[in-house]
Amino acid sequence: MSTLPPYFSVPERIWHYTFWIICVSVLFFLIFPLIVIIPLSFNEVPFFTFTKKMLAFDPDGYSLQWYNDFFTNLNWQGAVRNSVFIAFFATIIATFLGTLASLGLSRPNMPYRTLLMSLLISPMIVPLIISAAGMFFFYSRIGLQGTHLGVILAHAVLGTPFVVITVTATLSGFDNNLIRASQSLGATPTTTFFKVIVPLITPGVISGALFAFVTSFDEVVVVLFVGSYRQRTIPWQMFSGIREQISPTILAAATLLIVVTIALLTTLELLRRRTERLRGVTPS
Amino acid sequence: MNKFMRTMTAAAVMAMVGFAGQTMATELVVVSWGGAYTASQQNAYHAPYMKNNPGIKIINDDSAGSAVAKLRAMKQAGNTTWDLVDAVASDAMRLCDEGLVDVIDHDNALASAPDGTPASKDFGDFIVSECFIPQIVYSTTFGYRKDKVSRPMSSICDVFDLKSFPGKRALEKKPINNLEWALICDGVAPSKVYDVLGTNAGVKQALAKLDTIKSKVVWWTSGSQTPQLLADGEVVVGSTYNGRLFKLIEVDKQPVSMLWDWQVFDLDGWVVPSGTKNKAAVMKYLKFATDTQRLADQAKWISYGPTRASSAPLVGNHNSLGIPMAPHMPTDPLNAKTTLLFNYEFWADNRDDLDAKFNAWLLK
Amino acid sequence: MEKIQENIVTADGIPLKISLARAQRRSKIVAFMMVFPLLVFIVVAFIGPIADMLLLSIDNSIVKKILPKSSEALQNWDEYSGELPGEAVFAAMVDEIKKAKAAKEHTRVGQRLNYESSGFSSLFRKAGRKVTKIKTPPFKEALIKTDKRWGEIYTWQVIKQNSSSYTEGYYLAALDFKRKFSSGNIESLESKDSIYLKLFFRTIVLSSLITFLTFVIGFPLSYMLSTVSTRISNILIIFVLLPFWTSLLVRTTSWIALLQQEGVINDFLVLVGFINEEGRLAMIHNATGTVVAMTHILLPFMILPLFSVMKTIPKSYVRAAISLGAHPWKAFWKVYFPNTGAGIGAGSILVFILAIGYYITPALVGGSSGTFISNRIAYHISSSLNWGLGSAIGVILLGIVLLFFVFYDRIVGINNMKLG
Repeated sequence: MSTLPPYFSVPERIWHYTFWIICVSVLFFLIFPLIVIIPLSFNEVPFFTFTKKMLAFDPDGYSLQWYNDFFTNLNWQGAVRNSVFIAFFATIIATFLGTLASLGLSRPNMPYRTLLMSLLISPMIVPLIISAAGMFFFYSRIGLQGTHLGVILAHAVLGTPFVVITVTATLSGFDNNLIRASQSLGATPTTTFFKVIVPLITPGVISGALFAFVTSFDEVVVVLFVGSYRQRTIPWQMFSGIREQISPTILAAATLLIVVTIALLTTLELLRRRTERLRGVTPS
Repeated sequence: MNKFMRTMTAAAVMAMVGFAGQTMATELVVVSWGGAYTASQQNAYHAPYMKNNPGIKIINDDSAGSAVAKLRAMKQAGNTTWDLVDAVASDAMRLCDEGLVDVIDHDNALASAPDGTPASKDFGDFIVSECFIPQIVYSTTFGYRKDKVSRPMSSICDVFDLKSFPGKRALEKKPINNLEWALICDGVAPSKVYDVLGTNAGVKQALAKLDTIKSKVVWWTSGSQTPQLLADGEVVVGSTYNGRLFKLIEVDKQPVSMLWDWQVFDLDGWVVPSGTKNKAAVMKYLKFATDTQRLADQAKWISYGPTRASSAPLVGNHNSLGIPMAPHMPTDPLNAKTTLLFNYEFWADNRDDLDAKFNAWLLK
Repeated sequence: MEKIQENIVTADGIPLKISLARAQRRSKIVAFMMVFPLLVFIVVAFIGPIADMLLLSIDNSIVKKILPKSSEALQNWDEYSGELPGEAVFAAMVDEIKKAKAAKEHTRVGQRLNYESSGFSSLFRKAGRKVTKIKTPPFKEALIKTDKRWGEIYTWQVIKQNSSSYTEGYYLAALDFKRKFSSGNIESLESKDSIYLKLFFRTIVLSSLITFLTFVIGFPLSYMLSTVSTRISNILIIFVLLPFWTSLLVRTTSWIALLQQEGVINDFLVLVGFINEEGRLAMIHNATGTVVAMTHILLPFMILPLFSVMKTIPKSYVRAAISLGAHPWKAFWKVYFPNTGAGIGAGSILVFILAIGYYITPALVGGSSGTFISNRIAYHISSSLNWGLGSAIGVILLGIVLLFFVFYDRIVGINNMKLG
């Protein structure tokens, strides 16, 4: 919190502090439910409750059994593998097709731009349960239900709008004269593409790809319908068997995912700073 | 053509299994409910079978909750990836009705009792559908927090008694069972419950009874919720499957007691998806997994009653707790003084209609 | 001007105008070719499934397919004549139930018709068991002997009115109408029996409330994020992204641990003496639970677009307004706020549409007053197997969403959507 300018009046000062209190509360609201699950994942009993022992910090109230389960249970191992595998390929497809389409959409005089755009981002607009139900019926009919390909395609579909939106947003400020300049200076279209367009759209592509990856990695409704045991992803595994038991292993899995996410976000931030340095923009 | 190819493939696979003997593993995907239930099947059936048959690898798929819809989809796609499915009896009947699971010749396909009684006799009335191989009798019944009530609960109608037992109740978000209990506690003779429920006035009467506790009900949608709600103290009393309550009381040591009055018996068993690629291997497995000893063995891990008459005397002690399991079985005479059996015919006919009425009532 | 242009030619001798037009056409084609692969992909992998669902919601082929002759024979029967159909219909029915029984399809007809009227499931199952014994005419009496319901005109009215290839029946049911088969009239259900309209209404109201809450909560934070330095905002944005990337079931579970009667929040309130043991608040298994949990789950979808738009609004605008004498509030309201429109639009539509389609969180924390229409869609698809009704509800929900989307497009324009 910076020091306030001396000319601020009393109400302005009060408002300033109130505003900060509001913001901190919102941040707290966002993060608190995630912090809560961390101690619960070390619970000794299979319930999502703070036991008296836990509150008394009695070591007996804590255990690593859910982590043990996560690391030894073949179902979870397979789920992690599948999640990464499916998200990876879904992201590749979504990013490739989405970026290409965005480049096309952003070209001057693209016909039916709004219509095409609506169509391309429709997977984001249609409620998930409807997409899931439709895909379940349709993919069953064509033999894709219960296959890795089916789940990858479904997730790729869900991820493309994010890529399209982020990449077209990056390109919206793009000056087409840069291409002309490059070409008039004798660059081939290929050179122009790699030397001019790629560096400019990379941040948008990365951010879109990330959205696509997370969409797949975290998606549960579609995978429950379109997927089966062999395509079980982490969310699928969390939901299966819910009739019998919902075990705190899901909290252990979530805690680990949070750790991975923080690592991922840090890497990303470092990468971003690097690109900005390279582009000669100093972060303000 | 497709069929021909499948037959050829099956034949080829079988030939290869025959030649390769133990080196080539056949994977059987067995769909069940997960949690302690799948664990009991793993321990009692899968593990010993795989030990004796190294060529077989059994994979547990915990998605029985969505099995009915998935089986329909697989059939439509002509690509059945499951080999064996654990289903409740009413779903087994529906699946059989739609031709999604195979008809079973119980006497030929399954082992006879040790004294030679054929399987169909040993299972008796539990064979509610020609596609269904009964496995366990479970019941939907109540558990209550003994530390939060002034006196032990002994009657189903205590659930409806907010004065003597204040606090919230957990009930399943379905008309099934709840309407029956409501009528019994509204004075309808238990033998007449389904006659009354078959009329509009009867449905109204049942819902009116439920109205008296509606504001205090937490509606659950998956069986794992009630144990959690009881452990959290969110509800005083709640219905769920008796095996879940056994685990809550005996294994997790929560201060909960059973209320067996008017428990509703239901069956759970195996169905073989039509179009499974490993039919022969599955049938061989089933012959083993549903024999008298195996069904009795399952009770070592979970408190569900075996469906074979010949298995009942063989039920022993819990594998880790060492306590005798018989008193925890829903079928134990002390627990089964007053019981209802899930009425399959009635619910097959009225499920959609009563479900709509029940949901409209919930929204009021 | 026109003339001059016509006279100019390019190096290869083609008039400039034509050359330009060609180049533009080529450019258009190239642009389209780049969009084409994704377009095909979306149409096949996404629009296809939606179309399939549309078809399912009107498909009614089961009766006609399994009982073709009976269906046809029934067309000649006047269902309001007060008389049973003739022997020919019964003969066809007995014959076709026999065939269907052999193919194990008779129960599918029963199940289909049971959606329309209770009791058909057992009627056809029973008929399948007994019809094999009927060998000789008169089939009419023989069939009625298996179950007296075959002797009721109503039974045949239901069959006849469901023997066409397509039906609007699922849509009627999804909008709380009911067809009276005895008269063929369509009646709306009494309000006490109404389900779907109430659920649609509740879904929209609660989704709007959730959208509004995410806006109220998300706006100040987004504003703050956009005013601090990039270094700080990049760290704080992790607070927004972490919940965004944490599994839905986990976040829902966490809210259960927080909100329940013996939960963290109630414990805390008791501890500080705000409420006593008996006065523990019921914040879960009701609409409150759904709204709180979903507001949390969807908040990032509001903050990210808001933030990305606010980042681009120059701070000098507000400063200029203030220096020109506007009160800071007025400067904010008249100058800053209107500039955030695109972000508010994108955030709101995203949150609203996501909220409207949720069913897992409402199912776990919503009790009976906090469930959504999507819960019924999921129920009909995975549990009751009434796929036609599930699809019809889905199509109506889709219609509602598209309506909102068109509305959004008019106000904000989809080309301005930003995610951050």
